[in-house]
Amino acid sequence: MSTAALDVGRRRIVVGIRGLTVVVGLRSALVGSVMLLVTVLLALLALALGDFPLTPAEVVGVVTGRVDGLPRIVVLEWRLPRAVAAVLFGAALAVAGAIFQTITRNPLASPDIIGLANGSFTGMLIALLVLGGSWPLLTAGSLIGGLAAAVLIYLLAYRGGLHGFRFIVVGIAISAMLASVNTWMLLRAELETALFASAWGAGTLNSVTAATAVPAGLCILLLLALVPLVTPAVRQLDLGDDAASATGVAVGRTRLAAVALAVCLVSVVTAVAGPIAFVALAAPQITRRLTGTPGIPFVTTGIVGGALLLGSDLIAQHVIPLTVPVGVVTVVLGGSYLVWLLIHESRRRA
Amino acid sequence: MPAARTGRRAARGAWFGAALAALITAVALSVIVGANPLHPGAVLDTVFGGGSAESRFVVWEQRIPRTAAGLAVGAALGVAGALMQAFTRNPLADPGLLGVNAGAAFVVAVGITFFGVTSPLGYVWLACAGALLLTVAVYAIGSAGGRAAGPVRLTVTGVAIGAVFAGLTTGLTLTHPDAFDRMRGWSAGSLLERGVDVVLPVLPLVLVGLALALWAAPGLNSIALGADVARSQGVSVRRIQLVTLAAVTLLAGSATAVAGPLVFVGLVVPHVVRWTLGTDQRRIVLGSMVLGAVLVLAADVLGRIAVLPSEMPVGVVTAFVGAPVLIILVRRRSATAL
Repeated sequence: MSTAALDVGRRRIVVGIRGLTVVVGLRSALVGSVMLLVTVLLALLALALGDFPLTPAEVVGVVTGRVDGLPRIVVLEWRLPRAVAAVLFGAALAVAGAIFQTITRNPLASPDIIGLANGSFTGMLIALLVLGGSWPLLTAGSLIGGLAAAVLIYLLAYRGGLHGFRFIVVGIAISAMLASVNTWMLLRAELETALFASAWGAGTLNSVTAATAVPAGLCILLLLALVPLVTPAVRQLDLGDDAASATGVAVGRTRLAAVALAVCLVSVVTAVAGPIAFVALAAPQITRRLTGTPGIPFVTTGIVGGALLLGSDLIAQHVIPLTVPVGVVTVVLGGSYLVWLLIHESRRRA
Repeated sequence: MPAARTGRRAARGAWFGAALAALITAVALSVIVGANPLHPGAVLDTVFGGGSAESRFVVWEQRIPRTAAGLAVGAALGVAGALMQAFTRNPLADPGLLGVNAGAAFVVAVGITFFGVTSPLGYVWLACAGALLLTVAVYAIGSAGGRAAGPVRLTVTGVAIGAVFAGLTTGLTLTHPDAFDRMRGWSAGSLLERGVDVVLPVLPLVLVGLALALWAAPGLNSIALGADVARSQGVSVRRIQLVTLAAVTLLAGSATAVAGPLVFVGLVVPHVVRWTLGTDQRRIVLGSMVLGAVLVLAADVLGRIAVLPSEMPVGVVTAFVGAPVLIILVRRRSATAL
């Protein structure tokens, strides 16, 4: 009698103490750790590179408090806020995207479809073109614009419950109208202003300082800490509404909570850095392909998103001779990587 | 139940009757209304061979070619969207999903930036080339490894490659202000100054695309039941998919070439048709053809008179005409996903 190994599914580890445990897929954890390491290395690079180049040893010295003087100011006050912002913003966008793709069960879904990006761009354009915006005004404009769009879509889509498909379609409609408004305002604006606005509209970290990064970062950390509260129920939604409610999930309430969380995450990022495209869409898809899981692992996705945005910002700042917004690099880099993964995936299976 | 069937058939007849009436109205308005205030009588006179030199120029050189362009673009985008949504079974799918718009925009941006192309006719050929190039790339990568490209895989590939090229286009235009200035006009989507020279070369492509779409529609009905069922009904799934993709490329490519990227038309029209006519792909294709043309022409006419003396590009107006309809319908009906 042959003793075939009993297939118990993918390998996982259980972490935690008495009753409060988390089951982690081994490969997800591995990918997450590797990506975390990549992020740390990228962060070292980000702190070292610039007009005032430092050696990695100096950077480490500053971080551990052994080096003082100018390097300390350069690292802690100039470069650290931007690097930390890149990691946190990337993570926030990626987790928001993971939530959206899981609850709509659609790989094309991202917070953009509910008008957030277009709405905040509209708000920012109005602040810039009509109210003659200063930075605080632009930030407020984009925050209000994005949230207003999300609320409008929610209200229009709500009819005795939030049906996933209706939500998507209303999102498409409102997004398209806002995009039209944006196009029109850009067409009417002076060339200089339109160029500035378009750069912001692509998403840029150029305006990130400690003053903006600290409150935004704290908000994101707080919101990310809330994500595990909805994760188990959101996972069930991935099975479909009927199956989810059969397993005891309050479908409507869960979906609303998850969407609200994702919307807040994206809004905070967008208010500071503009609508950085594609991280929310690509990071979950990239992670899913790296980990080989059927669903989207949220923590790993967050780490991948952080690495993606930080790496893109490094390229935008130091590799490309012209100043392009980080959003442009994110799209090209994330997109190319996704294409490479797709080709690789098919080779492996063929 | 024969009575119910007759009733449904009558309802469908009424639907197509109303859609055709709307189309004829839209065509008439498109010829009559414009920035140049001609009396409707004078326009009518000109159409039937009379009129002054000026009115002949306005009607025959400007409005009628422009109307033809609107008809072709609208029909093409409506059908391309219907095919795309049927093929990917994704309500978010638009005709640009296979990279058509991104490819067209990228090649047009390169043409403007490095080769100084500035005429609508120049854009046509650049856009055609870009659309074709990128669709082939998407399909090649989507079916890499010798397997047929499944809809989900093709969707993700299209999104990824489209994003890469959209990013390159943004980077290119943001660093070249002149190109940015021209691209913001082109990418808004407009039918302004689309004369006979622009419309005529693209028309055969649209007609071939429409024919392919009608030919593939019955097969798509079978595929909707699952690939295995389709095969058991004698449908070659691979062939239907290839024909569908060829049709989408021809239709969306030529529409983008003429008018620039008008994504929303292909997204909204098939939904509206599906909710009002049912799920038979043959009817969806025909209905999308008519409604797409109505939407583009109506939006174009509105754009001409909305902000006189200047003009609002049709791409800006379509969302404002189409989106409210979409929202009302999705709220009212027990709208079906796909």
